[in-house]
Amino acid sequence: MLRDEDRIFTNLYGRHDWRLAGARKRGDWDNTAAIIKLGRDEIVNRMKASGLRGRGGAGFPTGLKWSFMPKDTGGRPSYLVVNADEGEPGTCKDRDIMRHDPHKLVEGCLIAGSAIGATAAYIYIRGEFYNEARHLQIAIDEAYDAGLLGKNAANSGFDFDVYVHRGAGAYLCGEETALIESLEGKKGQPRLKPPFPAGAGLYGCPSTVNNVESIAVAPTILRRGAEWFAGLGRENNTGTKLFCISGHVERPCNVEEEMGIPLRELIEKHAGGVRGGWDNLLAVIPGGSSTPVLPKNICDDILMDFDSLRGVGSGLGTAAVIVMDKSTDIIKAFARLAHFYRHESCGQCTPCREGFGWVERVMDRMVIGNARVEEIDMLFEVTKEIEGHTICAHGDGGSWPIQGLIRHFRPVMEARIAAYHAKAAA
Amino acid sequence: MSHFRIADDAHQPKTFAFTPEFQEKANKEIAKYPAGRQQSAVMALLDLAQRQHGWVTRAAVAHIADLLGMAEIRVWEVVSFYTMYRTTPGGRINVHVCTTTPCWLRGSDAVTAACKSKLGIGFGEATEDGQFALHEVECLGACVNAPILQIDDDYYEDVDGPKTEAILDAFMRGETPTPGPQVDRQTSAPVGGATTLHSVGGDD
Amino acid sequence: MPKLKVDGIEVEVPPGSTVLQACEAAGKEIPRFCYHQRLSIAGNCRMCLVEVKPGPPKPQASCALPAADNQEVFTDSPMTVKARKGVMEMLLINHPLDCPICDQGGECDLQDQALHYGADTSRYAENKRAVKDKNMGPLIKTIMTRCIHCTRCVRFVDEVAGVPTIGALGRSGDMEITTLEQAVASELSGNVVDLCPVGALTSKPYAFNARPWELTKTESIDVMDALGSNIRIDTRSGEVLRVLPRLNEDVNEEWLGDKSRYACDGLKRQRLDRPYVRRDGKLRPASWPEALQTVASKLKATAPEKIGAIVGDLVDCESVFALKQLLDGLKVASMDCRQDGAAIDPACRAGYILNAGLAGVEEADALLLIGTNPRVEAPVWNARIRKAWLENGLKVGVIGENADLTYRYSYLGAGAQSLQAVANGSDDFAKVLENAERPMVVIGQGALARADGAAVLAAARAIADKYAGGAAGFGMLHTAAGRVGALDLGFVPGEGGLNTAGIVDGAASGEVEVVFLLGADEIAPSKLQNAFVVYQGHHGDHGAHAADVILPGAAYTEKDATYVNTEGRPQHAYRAVFAPGEAREDWAILRALSGALGAPLPYDTLAGLRAAMCEAHPHLGATDALSEAEWGEFGAVGEMAETPFASPVRNYYHTNAIARASETMARCIEELLPAATKATGTNG
Repeated sequence: MLRDEDRIFTNLYGRHDWRLAGARKRGDWDNTAAIIKLGRDEIVNRMKASGLRGRGGAGFPTGLKWSFMPKDTGGRPSYLVVNADEGEPGTCKDRDIMRHDPHKLVEGCLIAGSAIGATAAYIYIRGEFYNEARHLQIAIDEAYDAGLLGKNAANSGFDFDVYVHRGAGAYLCGEETALIESLEGKKGQPRLKPPFPAGAGLYGCPSTVNNVESIAVAPTILRRGAEWFAGLGRENNTGTKLFCISGHVERPCNVEEEMGIPLRELIEKHAGGVRGGWDNLLAVIPGGSSTPVLPKNICDDILMDFDSLRGVGSGLGTAAVIVMDKSTDIIKAFARLAHFYRHESCGQCTPCREGFGWVERVMDRMVIGNARVEEIDMLFEVTKEIEGHTICAHGDGGSWPIQGLIRHFRPVMEARIAAYHAKAAA
Repeated sequence: MSHFRIADDAHQPKTFAFTPEFQEKANKEIAKYPAGRQQSAVMALLDLAQRQHGWVTRAAVAHIADLLGMAEIRVWEVVSFYTMYRTTPGGRINVHVCTTTPCWLRGSDAVTAACKSKLGIGFGEATEDGQFALHEVECLGACVNAPILQIDDDYYEDVDGPKTEAILDAFMRGETPTPGPQVDRQTSAPVGGATTLHSVGGDD
Repeated sequence: MPKLKVDGIEVEVPPGSTVLQACEAAGKEIPRFCYHQRLSIAGNCRMCLVEVKPGPPKPQASCALPAADNQEVFTDSPMTVKARKGVMEMLLINHPLDCPICDQGGECDLQDQALHYGADTSRYAENKRAVKDKNMGPLIKTIMTRCIHCTRCVRFVDEVAGVPTIGALGRSGDMEITTLEQAVASELSGNVVDLCPVGALTSKPYAFNARPWELTKTESIDVMDALGSNIRIDTRSGEVLRVLPRLNEDVNEEWLGDKSRYACDGLKRQRLDRPYVRRDGKLRPASWPEALQTVASKLKATAPEKIGAIVGDLVDCESVFALKQLLDGLKVASMDCRQDGAAIDPACRAGYILNAGLAGVEEADALLLIGTNPRVEAPVWNARIRKAWLENGLKVGVIGENADLTYRYSYLGAGAQSLQAVANGSDDFAKVLENAERPMVVIGQGALARADGAAVLAAARAIADKYAGGAAGFGMLHTAAGRVGALDLGFVPGEGGLNTAGIVDGAASGEVEVVFLLGADEIAPSKLQNAFVVYQGHHGDHGAHAADVILPGAAYTEKDATYVNTEGRPQHAYRAVFAPGEAREDWAILRALSGALGAPLPYDTLAGLRAAMCEAHPHLGATDALSEAEWGEFGAVGEMAETPFASPVRNYYHTNAIARASETMARCIEELLPAATKATGTNG
């Protein structure tokens, strides 16, 4: 188990003062200028060396992403955009950062901003996080008052502003280009790529979009050293990670753990185990609702990191573990997710707009078994017609759960259909 | 547009203007964005208009479009895309039940049932006295504290049927119960106490 | 120049091209719905997916993917075929099966592409979506259940028309295209009907009229404004059912103004379908010989200086040429084609055409508009100005009405004072013109049809001379389709002859006894009541009301004819239907009249007339071409009044006899004009 000394979010549960004074006691804002004065190349190199992979779901190396930012911008400003539109079902880690450790994020913005040559950061926080946005704004105001932001921020010689932008209820704005569109005052519909945000992002200017957790861990990584972070976890899957454990566990919680922790250990050590014991486990969605479900036999010994979960046809995603015990109507659980992905589609691309409505309707029938067995294959094919055929990854993210369900729980679906028809015949 | 409906003309006030207090807030929002990019403030201004009037009226949309130099239809696109804008009078207190899978696994059906029976209305409806409106919402991003009942800006966490009824009762009495977990736990820490962070975290 | 392979065929495409364009260059057709070459790329329909290597292991939207060196594109690989089939299936699951009652049937992209790329059966067994229809005004019929959300209409009104009134509201499968019950307040709104790839937006006036395969299609030229937009006239059983734009990059690209598209129902109403002669104060039906004889006798009995002739706005070159020859034969010198009295100087052609060409505005970097509102005078060209403003940063200055032109401009002032300020360099816009590499100065009829018009013209000429390199940067925007042709043919007062005002005044005073109106409908009948008026034309409009003899002519859809547009481009219109009843083609009427006069014109056929006309005016034979005009003196330096310049088009939907007879245009006025009026006067 990760030692407390190696935990970054030491006020994860809000046990201590979340404001500037408390944050300073926990080591935040400690000689930030020295980090910034390393210069952007050195910061980027160290972030690369730390092995940090983006914490928003896709796991793209953060240092590498920062290195894409052009140094010659042709006179345009550059922006850091922080994705705090946390909405992937199962995920609630950024919420804790923003309400209990907002200064980690604010300081992270300044450091990341300096590393990508940005003039300002916009933190796009989901609208429902009203109180979290309030904390964040207070932290930002405190930082300005203390000279940590604004002109010559933290005496680094670097000018930097941080703004909070509240969303208004759209999961899709978690997609980086949809988020940028929304930030520009439009519907949150993803953009075509290329151009990528590093070339033309917010207001057509070079932009980097990072998850809250990715930004908030940066100051600690740079303070304690890339080697320290890289020494945790496994190669290519380094560091610590906030895990959200929800569903049928005894004690749902958020916890910071080492990358690569066994799923079973994670659940049993921190969440009090599966309700009714490990053997009562039916399945786990390991990384937020988009990642394909894992049946118990895979859960028994799977490690929680990018590569091992990819190896079993799923993903670490946001590390949001949704546990389902044997009492779960797993078809209904996924029918509800089908509703979610249909509801949250932006409506732009044909396959996603039309396809998820189809998927939802068929899944609703599957819940009661009012279907034909061949329709399970058809459903799988329909998700394959959506996956990989859309502008953004929503098509993929909504297809994978259904594919995972069919892959691992087809017998349950068939039995449901058989039972329905048997009852109808009787 | 299943969730999007504009109130009838009979309910629409003829005009809208921000009060000085809200106008000041609006100006602050507009100032966050670079010159010429004031459209970025549209979401914030719609939220302010909603907070001032209770819901987003046609006149408010026209006013905001004018204020930000946007075509009205572009503002409507924004209003209709995001679920948090209310375009009908609805209720003064807005009750939101998350029914997405993580909340459903932890019993959101009971929360829904409690809300419906207590308020006597279904999703998308408002009580006759205009006091409450009930909304079904997608994942609120607090899944380790599921199920979640969001009332106006606050999350009531770890609720169940009886707790939901008690919370609604309190609101009906004009009280505002303390938001957060409704069981004995500190925020997102496990019930019974954190398994980590015993040796660090500052000394306040 | 990226070089890539499409299905093994090597192609080289200009930098900035997309994979879709590269496929087209290789002769491979790529199905698409949302992509349109004149609109921004949306990439949302996903129909154009193709397999591309190198790249991710999934098909790519070819409309949005930049073509790059060494790419390999596969337009009929299993991956591509499967992707298209999948997208097509998705497009169809919620699309109604109402093709038999859909007006798009037979010319529907979805129908065509479903046939080529779709499956033969549907696997979709759920309920289909139903969407409430929307009100988009008198021209656009909506059946929104058919909508496939390509957003072409949204992008068109936003980008090309510059009147952002259509939006895509809501999201996911609930997304709906709507105007929130507002009519689309644009003079170009009808183009969304063409752009809609399915039957969601169709032509309201044309609803349930015909199937495309029943129609006879005639390529022709529009006369509703002076652009000479290229059109296709669709007819059935001798009736014009609809008018559509034809592609001409130099003239109208592929757009058409609403009047040009929808006023065609006016061709069926208030037509003059037989000759009339006034007897005992009343117009009574007459035979052709009777009518012609009446006119001939009157003309012969009247001294030539007491005869005047005015040609109207829709008149073709052939008719003007014939009439002029006839008048010349009678030694009549009082004739004019400027029925609005515009002080256009016929002596210098460069002084009355748009020398840089309509497309020239896309090369310009500064544009000064004087006394013109191109949005209502030439909406299609206005869209091109908007395009230049959007894409090339064209700087526009306006002297005249401070109207909403759909682009931002510097408003210099209302009239002559501002003109002088530019001329003497004291206005800031003078600097803009001075620093511009390709400035344009365009004067409209609103600055000319006034007492000081000649002075205004001279002032505009001076500005063009000073800042815009003379002819190269000078242009006139006409509103009458027949005007430039008539000026080219010299239909202006000869030695000692009267102009329009002179003829009209003379008619009132008795100085002029016979007035011959060839399609001239913009002169109040009351002013002509003392004279003997011959009206030759196609509609029972103002001209006919004043007439003592009516010679029923042919409308623009009913004759082969030449029109010269505002940039001086001669184009041929073709007969799509025959003129109604006893009405005849105008040149033939004039030829017959000359016979009745005993001095027959020297041609018996249209070809003969054309040969004579082109011999006298060779540039009219250079069909579709622009010929350079020489810069010279025009206008007359003088005092200018302070009266503001006002566009002659007060009501876009009612500018000529055909439009005035159109019920559709009447509905437009009723439903659209309040909104349009509201939209003016705030921009600038």
